[in-house]
Formats: sequence, C-alpha cells, structure tokens
Amino acid sequence: MAFKNVLKSVVLICLAVFSLNVSFANEGEKHKKEELNIQHHIMDAHEWHLWGETSVYLPVILLDGGLQTFSSKELYHGTVIKAEGHHAEEEIEYIANTEIGYAIFHEKIYKLNANGELNFHDGHPTNAKPLDFSITKNTLSLFFGSTIILLLMFSTAKFYKKNGAVAPKGLAKFIEPLIVFVRDDIAKANIHNGKHHKYTPYLLTIFFFIFINNLLGLVPILPGGANLTGNISFTIVLASFTLLITLFSANKNYWKHIFATPGVPIALLPIMIPIEIVGIFAKPFALLVRLFANMTAGHIIILSLISIIFVNQNAAWGFLSVPMGLFISVLELLVAFLQAYLFTLLSSLFISAAVEEAHH
Amino acid sequence: MDLVTPNLGLMFWTGLIFVLLLFILTKFIWKPILSVVNTREKSISDSLELAEKTMLEMKSLQAQNENLLKEARAERDAIVRDANAIATKMVEDSKNVAKLEADKIIISAREAINNEKVAALAELKTQIAEFSLQIAEKVVRGELSSDEKQKALSEKLAADFKLN
Repeated sequence: MAFKNVLKSVVLICLAVFSLNVSFANEGEKHKKEELNIQHHIMDAHEWHLWGETSVYLPVILLDGGLQTFSSKELYHGTVIKAEGHHAEEEIEYIANTEIGYAIFHEKIYKLNANGELNFHDGHPTNAKPLDFSITKNTLSLFFGSTIILLLMFSTAKFYKKNGAVAPKGLAKFIEPLIVFVRDDIAKANIHNGKHHKYTPYLLTIFFFIFINNLLGLVPILPGGANLTGNISFTIVLASFTLLITLFSANKNYWKHIFATPGVPIALLPIMIPIEIVGIFAKPFALLVRLFANMTAGHIIILSLISIIFVNQNAAWGFLSVPMGLFISVLELLVAFLQAYLFTLLSSLFISAAVEEAHH
Repeated sequence: MDLVTPNLGLMFWTGLIFVLLLFILTKFIWKPILSVVNTREKSISDSLELAEKTMLEMKSLQAQNENLLKEARAERDAIVRDANAIATKMVEDSKNVAKLEADKIIISAREAINNEKVAALAELKTQIAEFSLQIAEKVVRGELSSDEKQKALSEKLAADFKLN
C-alpha cells in the first residue's frame, strides 16, 4: 500500500516537472533570441502566461484620483515604445496605451506624460506611479491558495460536524495530524502556562497559509506556479502580523527586558536599549527574509536547471536537467513544509518571549 | 532590485486575505475542530483511565472471589471433617452402647441362668432328698418287713461291727 502511494506521488511529481518543462519551453521560444529572463518568472505580473502567445489577462485596478479598472490586455496590447536607457547604446522597451493613459514597464504601471510617453532618467521612469491594487498573478494565486485552504478546512470541519468526536477518516485524517502538530509541537511546546490557546488559531492559520501557498507555487500550471510565498510583499505582511501580535501581547516582563534588562549595569543601558529595540524588528525581519529567500531560491534553481536545455538549444540536455529538476522539485516539497513550519515555530517563539512571566 | 521592492497592492491583498482567513478559519474551523479533538482526546484519556480502574477493580474482585472460594473450600473441608468425626463418634458411641447393652444382657442372662441353676439344683436336692428318704423308707420297710429279715439285718450289721 505504502509503495503504491510512493509510486503514485512519483508519477505525479514527474508529470508536474514535465509540464513545467513544457510551459517553459514555450516561454523559451518566445525569448529565444533574448536572454533567458528567470527573474521575470519569479516576479509578479499583470498577466498569467500560459503558453506561446496565450496568456490570461488579469484585471488592473488603479487608485489614481479615483478608481480605474481595465483589463491588463489593454496595456500588454498597447504600443511598444523604445527609449534610450542608462547608456546610450542600451535600449529600453515599454508598452504604452495612450487611450487609457498608462504604460507598463517591468511590470510596473506608470502614468503617461502629455506626449503619451514615459520620461526616463538613468534608465528609470520618472513618471507618476498610480497606486496599483491590481489582481496580479500573485494576487490571483493568493485567491487560489485561500480557496484551497477554505475548501480543505471546511470539508474537514464538516466531517467532525457530521461524525462528532470519532477517529478521523479521509481528508480529516490528513488535516488533523497537521492541526494537532501545530497545536502540540509548535504552540503548546513554546508558549507556556496554557497561554497557547489564545495564539493557536493564528499559528494554525499562518502555517496552512504558507504551506498551501508554498505547495501551490510548485505546481507549474495555471492555479500554481506564481512565486507568491517568495515575494517580499507577501513575507513582509506575514512577518508584520507576527511583529504586531508580539508587540500587542507583550507583557511588563518583556518591556522590562528591553528597557531595563535585569542584571545589566545602568551604564550599559544606553547601548543595550538600542540593541534590544533593533532586536524587536530584527526577529520578524529574519522571518520575512528567510521565507522570501528560500522560496525564491527554489524557483530560481528549478528554472535554471530547466533553462539548461534552452541555453544549449538542445533537447538532449533534458536527460540532465529533467532528473535534476525532479530532484530539486522533490526537495522543494520538503522545503515548502519546512519553511511553513519554521515561520510558525519562530513566530510562536517570539510570542512566547513576549508573554513569558518573569522567572528570575 | 525589483525583487526586493515591496509592492503596495500585493501587500494590501495579502493582508486583507490573511485577516479574512484568520477570522473565518478561527471562527468556523479551528475552534470547532480543536474542541472536537480536545473532546475526543479527553474521552480517550478518560476511557483509558476507566479501563485501568476497571482492571484494578476486576483484579480486586478476582482476589475477593478467590478468597471467598478459598474460605468456602476451607469451610467445606471443615464441615466434612466435622461430619466425619461426628459420624465416627456416633458409630463408636453406638458400638459402645450396644456393647454395654449386650454385656448387660449377657450378665443378666448369666445371673438368671445361675439363679435358675441354683434354684434347679436346690429343687433337685430337695427332690433327691425326698426320693432318697422314700427309697430309704422303702428299703428300710423292706428290710424290716419280716422278723427274719430283721434278724438277718441285725446279724449282718453285727457282722460289720465285728469286722470293725
């Protein structure tokens, strides 16, 4: 039975990796004569590229003296304008749509000037940037991920509602150990004196939010493949939540350790206080960098390995790049869980430090 | 540089979605599931405790049963032993009584026989004496029935005396 399951997962992973290969092959054709732009693939976009010239165009929502909404198709199918870059020989391309008055350059939307152009200084546009609340590729992936979480969790909860306190079966059998794992080994193990009850829902949410979105990022076709959890905006928000929860649940003891660290001579406090204050922010900063760097690195490695084929312009390189890509993909499955676990574990440790009672 | 520049839009959506998820999951998922899991864990630990307790109770009951059985057995043995003893004693007693009775009967029988014997002997003696007297009378009468005979007797007696 176990062997059958392993075989099934191997086949699934192979399929996933091969489809990644295919989707990149089309992408590769598009950029054949250009440099293989991996960075483009791990960045956010206003379209969801499927294959060849086929993309899903996503809605653009701008706050620019009022709400502006239109399809990103209007931007991507605008006029391609060439401009002079940082150096005279460097050429910059951007797409402008004079009808709606916006241009897109490196996936950022700018307001066109009176001539319907962008002004460049040192290779960067100096035009105004409207506030961009577009449903980008990452935002859509975020919706998909959240929908999956809600579906998973509601069907799990339905099982318990229907069957009561019985041994879990089916989906509940898969989800419950994870919930119990977060509750016992993360929340209960780090936050003492029964205070973990208050924080378990947050830790559970953050664990599944990161875990499911990490996994979704590994799926190479439409609902997945966006580098959401490797996007710094995403990790900044999650780390900020941990920071806010830490600060708002911090007790007297925590602040005492920062502003009057016990056992430290008063003369040293002018040095210690700034260090401790930096420490408050350094902890969540480490969280956001860790998740961002790990997930982005994973995507870059897989894309790089698959790119070997296109860099060499020879399908035979697939015999090298596909097994290696497969290996890294499997490793990324582990990393997807590990990073979700680490983020949750460290969050629980920070919260634990904030709510700990003095025991000196 | 673009890679590490946060994007306000995505931050907004992430924050919004996360807060919504946190709210929905906490209210509708985590609390009910955790309460069910807690209930189940409690019932499992309670059941285990109960089982342990029941086992101990069973053990003590078994020990009690064993004791009862042992006592009953001991009692039975005692009763049987007593009964045996009583029976033996009764037999013994009745034997003794019978023997005594028999002895008594024998003794009295002996006495009676003796008495009868003595009486019979006494009577026999009397009878014999009577018979002897009668015989002697008859003999004397016969001896003394005629003169010659008287004479002959006296002679004979005289002869006996002479001899002496």
